[in-house]
Amino acid sequence: MSVKTSPPPRARSQAVREHPSGDPRFNLIDRTLKRFSYQQDALIEVLHTAQETFGFLSDDLLIYVARQLKLPLSWVYGVATFYHFFTLKPQGKHTCIVCMGTACYVKRAAEIVAALQQAFHVEPGGTTADGLLSLSTARCLGSCGLAPVLVLDGEVLGRETPESTLERVRQLLLAEQSDAAPSANGDAMHVTNGGIHEPI
Amino acid sequence: MNRSDLEALAQRELQRQQAFRCRILCCASTPCLSSGATAVYDAINAAIKEGELDAEVQAVSTGCMGPCSRGPMVTVQVKDEGEFIYEHVSPEVGRQLVAYHARSAAPPAEELPEPLRTRLLPSDMPFFAKQRKVVLSNSGLIDPERLEDYVARGGYAALAHALREMTPEEVCREIINSGLRGRGGAGYPTGLKWDMVRKARGDKKYVIANGDEGDPGAYMDRTLMESDPHRVLEGMAIAGYAVGADQGYIYVRGEYPIAAKRLERAIRTAERRGLLGSRILDSNFNFRIDVRIGAGAFVCGEETALMASIMGRRGQPTPRPPYPAQSGLWGKPTLINNVETFGNIAPIIQNGAEWFASIGTAKSKGTKIFALAGKVATTGLIEVPMGITLREIVYDIGGGIPNGLAFKAAQTGGPSGGCIPAQYLDTPVDYESLKALGSIMGSGGLIIMDEHSCMVDVAKFFMEFCMDESCGKCVPCRVGTVQMHRLLERITDGSATLQDLETLKELCVMVKETSLCGLGQSAPNPVLSTIQYFLDEYEAHIRERRCPAGVCTLEKTPVTEWVHA
Amino acid sequence: MSVVTLTINDELVSAQEGQTLLSVLQERGIEVPTLCHLDGLSERGGCRLCMVEMEGSGRLQAACVTQVQEGMVVYTHSERLVKYRRMILELLFSERNHVCAVCVMNGNCELQWEAAQIGMDHVRYEYLNPDLPMDASHERFVIDHNRCILCTRCVRVCDEIEGAHVWDVMGRGVNSRVIVDLNQPWGTSQSCTSCGKCVQVCPTGALFSKGATVAEMEKQHNFLRWILDGREKKIWSYENGK
Repeated sequence: MSVKTSPPPRARSQAVREHPSGDPRFNLIDRTLKRFSYQQDALIEVLHTAQETFGFLSDDLLIYVARQLKLPLSWVYGVATFYHFFTLKPQGKHTCIVCMGTACYVKRAAEIVAALQQAFHVEPGGTTADGLLSLSTARCLGSCGLAPVLVLDGEVLGRETPESTLERVRQLLLAEQSDAAPSANGDAMHVTNGGIHEPI
Repeated sequence: MNRSDLEALAQRELQRQQAFRCRILCCASTPCLSSGATAVYDAINAAIKEGELDAEVQAVSTGCMGPCSRGPMVTVQVKDEGEFIYEHVSPEVGRQLVAYHARSAAPPAEELPEPLRTRLLPSDMPFFAKQRKVVLSNSGLIDPERLEDYVARGGYAALAHALREMTPEEVCREIINSGLRGRGGAGYPTGLKWDMVRKARGDKKYVIANGDEGDPGAYMDRTLMESDPHRVLEGMAIAGYAVGADQGYIYVRGEYPIAAKRLERAIRTAERRGLLGSRILDSNFNFRIDVRIGAGAFVCGEETALMASIMGRRGQPTPRPPYPAQSGLWGKPTLINNVETFGNIAPIIQNGAEWFASIGTAKSKGTKIFALAGKVATTGLIEVPMGITLREIVYDIGGGIPNGLAFKAAQTGGPSGGCIPAQYLDTPVDYESLKALGSIMGSGGLIIMDEHSCMVDVAKFFMEFCMDESCGKCVPCRVGTVQMHRLLERITDGSATLQDLETLKELCVMVKETSLCGLGQSAPNPVLSTIQYFLDEYEAHIRERRCPAGVCTLEKTPVTEWVHA
Repeated sequence: MSVVTLTINDELVSAQEGQTLLSVLQERGIEVPTLCHLDGLSERGGCRLCMVEMEGSGRLQAACVTQVQEGMVVYTHSERLVKYRRMILELLFSERNHVCAVCVMNGNCELQWEAAQIGMDHVRYEYLNPDLPMDASHERFVIDHNRCILCTRCVRVCDEIEGAHVWDVMGRGVNSRVIVDLNQPWGTSQSCTSCGKCVQVCPTGALFSKGATVAEMEKQHNFLRWILDGREKKIWSYENGK
């Protein structure tokens, strides 16, 4: 019979204490590690937590996870690079995800990607040199009725055209330039879940 | 909780619901949410509060109602007056809905004030009339986050029945007799699979629900998990009982955060009520379910790759045999079924195998959920009896092709499937008929294309998808998909010769026959089926350097031409 | 252990239950090409060269991962199989930069040998010519990704025999690559024991010893049997030995 391990009662008080690394965000990873009793099988779950917490998987983070789960480094690196969800590079301040599912493709989503690529000199999966915009494509966001769909900083926008998208992104970046004070909103955080908010 | 507690819970909830004169059901599925359903729900709730109508009117946040392109959708159930389904509901319209339906004795639909009248869908709309809801029978009617809603509609009664009245062998027999086949695409008889795992020797067995719905354009599994999570859990628990497993996993695609959250919540609620966990419904049966989140790899829909992923590894498939039924997760016998397959289990146990077998065709029983998308008037999620014709789906349910254009092809099965041309519109939709046409039933993506879609371009789109998603383990799939994509690129950019078309055909057959897993074996299908039915389009690209649909640019010339120039 | 009887190329053959079909073929001297298979390592079933036809089954099966069964009827060299093997080799040659004339393994390379055996004299597919690096940071060995066919023998020998798990595969599909630790220069690896097993099992010129120039590199795999027999049976047989 399987016994599910619930987090130990001390977890909460420990979370308040400072992590040996000095970065309190590691506490969140430790919590996931504990939830899965440090089982090696939980690697993907732990990487999910690490990416949600830090925005991307740095080498330090991968080493930390590998040590905690007692796995070889190359194993962890291999898993982290196999799955599309994990990114090893820091993300731009704003993110634009264009859906390339079949319904969106049939309604010419590729033209939107090409327009963005050309206008902002950024490849899908890449970030502009100034670190302001990350462009990526997704495999069906499941809003096929609104095709073509894109997610701009977590907001789902439907029935877009190349022109309307360019205009939106330009506005966004323009506001960035005129507004010297950065609005640290943790944008990268909610885009990791496909940009779809939990309702209600 | 025991069986009579369950019945009492259902009664209590029914009474509670009947106390309201009017129930306003608001869809909270992903497509409606992205068209602004949250604001509508909030506005309706605010209107109820303002009007002090809490005792008479109830707003419910539900699962999917079907016509996703018409979202946000709202259904109003009024006691003694019936059901009113509204499309494109804005917060303002939501407020008016409350004001209007809260009054008793509403005037007939023709006298509805604007803008309600234009938003009201006719009650006899073929979109609804031609469907048959078995798996989605609760979807859009219950709050997926409330266990009571599910129980009030007969939820967990099938599990209680199976645990009390049936042996595991009888459960397997019932599923075999129902004729249910796997809804993930391949169509393997579900009951036989269950019986194999039941007979397999092992101290520990597992049940996995495959919710890694990777086909672009398909969202049946997501909708089911979002709209009726308990149904999937109940199906899994019955499967666990039938095969002798005490641990289940639901593998949810990473792109589906709402589905994962609702499932987690549903599991916790069911465990608290004794419907999952230890000693379920006061029996000796224990069954736990954990959610595992995918991380973005289409190949993980393949069962051996999915198991590798659950075990935290690179999602690469392993050769079969051994089949998961003998040696699956951690080497133990494992039952893997699609989420939709599990959605069929409770109705079968509740209504009997005969009832289920009465729906559908001779070899394909029951219903199938399709995600209808592309160039069709009403896109959305539909559940139809097996054997319905494509024409009925496209023209009756979907309302035909918009802008007066002609139907060209229906794509089923996503990157593993094929295209069905207009001359086969009257083919019944079932496993065998679709296979005979060179396509597959697939998991349920159904994309309609009109004359502005280039079939070579569509084939290239799917090949690019397979190329990106190939895990890289076996050579035919890893390199073959790239080379097939190159050849298709040459055809669409004008640099191909007729020899390239021959090379492409030969490569397709080789990759299909030699690849290790289903991804590679089926990757050539979209190319093969478009070559079969639309060879003239391929030839127009190559011989006349012309794209009949006007999609491809064809700006290059064949290599041989400039070499000899 | 019970004996099973099967038919291979119209000839009755007996084999031990649990044996793989490939090992039976090799015992009988029936040559089917292999690249990812290596005696002593776990089977992968990835190169698809050893595929055979089986009566009663519509699908082709890779012999290395198929267990013999009573009554099996197998064909190993049908026209279709030979054609497919040739196509798979062509795909492998088109994938990266396999230029034999300037390769350290010229004349000793398993990929080259299989191609010669089957008479593959040209490639009909577009050369993909990826831009891949060469890593010579290790003091004794070099890895040239241009010659790698992703058979993962290095990954398996390092994990299963040496136990260090220095190597693994990163990325997926055609962008896969074997990596050291965190995809770092081999010379900076702290887990590598510099045992050289990976170099010896590599079928092509992807892994080689420093100092070897064109056509100078030769590799020995029989150390695998030596180690395994020693580890499992406490027998060090000098006939298969080092």
